[in-house]
Formats: sequence, structure tokens, C-alpha cells
Amino acid sequence: MIRVIDVHKSFGQKEVLRGVNLNVERGETMVVIGQSGSGKSVLIKHLIGLLKPDSGEIYVDGVEISRLNDDALMKVTRKFGMLFQGAALFDSMTVAENVRFGLERYTHLGEDEMRKRVAESLALVGLSEAECLMPHELSGGMKKRVGLARAIAYRPEIMLYDEPSTGIDPIRADAINDLINKLKCDLGITAVVITHDMVSSYKIADRIAMLYDGKIIEVGTPEEIRDSQNAIIQQFIHGQADGPIKD
Amino acid sequence: MANLFPNALVLSAFEQLGSVGLLFFRTMKNLFRKPREHQTLLQQLEEVGVRSLPVVSLTAAFGGLVFGFQMYVGLHRYVGPGSEAYGGPIITLSLAKELIPILVGLMISGRVGSSMAAEIGTMKITEQIDALHSLGANPIRYLVVPRALAGFFMMPCLVLYGDIIGILTAYFYNVMLMGVNRVIYVQNTLTYLEIWDVATGLIKASVFGVVIAIVGCWQGMETEGGAEGSAGRRRERSSSPASPS
Repeated sequence: MIRVIDVHKSFGQKEVLRGVNLNVERGETMVVIGQSGSGKSVLIKHLIGLLKPDSGEIYVDGVEISRLNDDALMKVTRKFGMLFQGAALFDSMTVAENVRFGLERYTHLGEDEMRKRVAESLALVGLSEAECLMPHELSGGMKKRVGLARAIAYRPEIMLYDEPSTGIDPIRADAINDLINKLKCDLGITAVVITHDMVSSYKIADRIAMLYDGKIIEVGTPEEIRDSQNAIIQQFIHGQADGPIKD
Repeated sequence: MANLFPNALVLSAFEQLGSVGLLFFRTMKNLFRKPREHQTLLQQLEEVGVRSLPVVSLTAAFGGLVFGFQMYVGLHRYVGPGSEAYGGPIITLSLAKELIPILVGLMISGRVGSSMAAEIGTMKITEQIDALHSLGANPIRYLVVPRALAGFFMMPCLVLYGDIIGILTAYFYNVMLMGVNRVIYVQNTLTYLEIWDVATGLIKASVFGVVIAIVGCWQGMETEGGAEGSAGRRRERSSSPASPS
């Protein structure tokens, strides 16, 4: 469903991605792990066309998206929903207005259907009562759930989660993990999750890919990653300061 | 030997000019494309126009008053008593053609341009602009086009409003406070003022409006890094490049 082929990306002198290759199959949850600042968010932003690679190709359902113009890209982004690290809710809109934002642009639903879909999406994340609240009235965990409701409201085929459990307590983080699994089961959504939280990774992943030094150094099931002989992966998943990863 | 190559500052200035020009081009390209963001346009018309009325009123009133006062003193002292009534057309022409468009432009650049930079800058660093993209809204069409249109349409309205306030305060000072002959003052003004003089000021105002909006949005879009002061710095900087427009 998604194929990333030899993608390079630099910002000024800093080379962030140095030839990333990754395949994500339809219906699977691919978790990309890596240190902070390793380029995970940069990678995920390439998948939705927010960033364009310096070289390399990105295919979504067979369409090479890195060279599309704005309007053509918009048609591809319709397939994606994205949960941002800080939820990225629109400050000036209520929760309900945030959730219906994508519906208005991506669907042709009538007013009643749209209202129903907003209510359904909020119910799915357990926030039925929050429709009229403003983002500043929500806690960090609630914001993430509203962000998730907003992203799934128009029923995307692929969900991108950028650090879904960062900045919230472990209980809330686990609730978000349950939601990710529920969405996969109920809606059959393909997901790419960026995280450095190994507890979450093991819980939600079908496969895990490790991004290190601008490249994917290993891809495997949670068990394969747990049993990997790669010293870099072992150091990362066990959170050890000593090892081949120095910075 | 003098350095024949442009230094980093000059290169950076050209780079920024190019970047603003590119944003202007992309805004023009998206001007007539659908979907049109009517709701955002209405909000911006209110923000740029209606909410600027107090500051424009104050600026135009003081501009008219000061200019009327100086014209009265100048004519009275150098041409002679009685000549003050001939100041009407000079005051009106100067206010409508140059002074009010510039004063209003400066005020709007400080108030609206910086607020656009801060708002869009905050959206950028909190990933709301990325969220717009992911939810099917083209950020240029959603954020920049309505602001540029609001600047284009509301600036002439504000300048026309400022012209009226400025001309009335100058009239108030000269005729009602200093006792200048009302009939000659008004008659001379109507005789020598041409509609094109006012229109020139309004055309300038439209151009200022677009430049202020584009520069404000550009500063916001260029914001990088964390929340600490980035948007604030952009806010401060947004009014300065737009001001010379």
C-alpha cells in the first residue's frame, strides 16, 4: 500500500534521511521506532506529502506522490488521516468544528449526516460530551483523542500517528493504544505509527521498523525485534545509555 | 581591494524577496480556485476592516488636525491674514492622496500585519498548518488568499473613511475653531479637488493592503522552531518590512 524507496532528505547541511526504504502492507500496523531527532516525524510527513524528498520515491497505492502538484496531492491525502504529536487542534474552533473540518472538505455529506458522523467519531474516542468545548479547555489526553476523532471522521484508509503516547500519562497512553487497535479491528485501517515508546510498540505493532542514522536498519514482528541480534536495536529497546548509540 | 561579491546580508535580502514573491505568485494562482473559503474571508474582512476602525479614526483625526493646524499657521504667517481659507484644497489633496493612505498603511501594518504573522506563526509551530493540509484544506487558499483579499478590499474602505475623518477634523480646526471663512474654504476645496486625487489614494491603499497581508502571512509561514518567542519575533518583524510598502 505504501512503498518508500531510497528516500533522502536534508535540511541545510544536516542529512536527516539517507536512503530510507520501507513497505507497509494494506491493513497492517507498522510502528517506526528510533531516537528523538532521528527523522521519524520527517519520514511520516513525507508519506502524506507535507515534505518532498530530495531524492527517492514514495508510492501510495501505486501513485508516486513526491512529484504531484498541490491539487493532485490533495486527492491522495484524502486516503490519509493523521494524528499529530501535539494534536494540532484548531484553536479558534470548538471540538465539533474541528472534527467536521475534514468532513466538509473530503465528503459530500448533508448537514444531518455530518452532525451524526461528528457525534459517532467523538463517541468512538469516548468524548461525546465534549462537542462544544474549546481546545484550551481540554487536557493533553483529551486533545489527542479529539485529534484522533478528527482524523478518522472521514474514514481514511491509512492512519499516521506521530508519537501518539508522548506527553500523556501511561494510563491515557494505554487508552490511546487500545483506540488504535480498535480502529484497526473496526475500520480495517492501515496504520503507520511513529514512537519511541516500546510498551506501545509491542502492544499495537504488526511489524516494527527501526530508523537509525537516516536509514531503516531492521524490520520485523515485535518478537523478531525483541530477539534481534543487532546491538543498536537491543540498546534502544532496553533503553540503555551504554552501547553503539552514542548521542 | 573592494569586495565585488554581494555579502551574505544582500543575498539574504534577495532570498527573502524571492520567497515573498513566490508566496504572492502562489496566492494569485489560488485566487480563483475552488473551494473558496467564504467563512474565513468574512472573518478577515471583519478583522482587517471593522476592528481597525478605532485606530484609523484616531490616526486620521490627529493627522487632519495637525496638518490643518500647520497649514493655518503657515498661510497666516507667510501669505497673510485671510489667506487661510485657501488652505482647504491643499489640506484635502495632501490628506487624500498621500498622508492618510500612508498613515493608515502604517497603522494597519502594525496592527493587522503583525497579528497575521503571530497567528499563522503559532499555527505553524503547533502543526496546525500541517493539519490543514492533512484535512484537505490548501493552506495558501485557506490562510493567505482570504487575508490578501481582505487587505485588498478593506484598505481602500479604511482610507476613504480616514479621508473623511481627516478632512472633517481639518475643517473643524480651521473653520470652527480659527474662524476661517467657511464658504471660501469649502468652495475652493470642491473646485480644486479632483476625484482622481482621492482615487489615487484608494488604489495605493489596495496595493498596501495586499503587501501587508502577504508579508504578514509570509512571516508567519516562515516561523520555525519551538514556541519560545518565535511567533513573537515574527510578529515584531512583520510590520517592519511591510511598512515601507
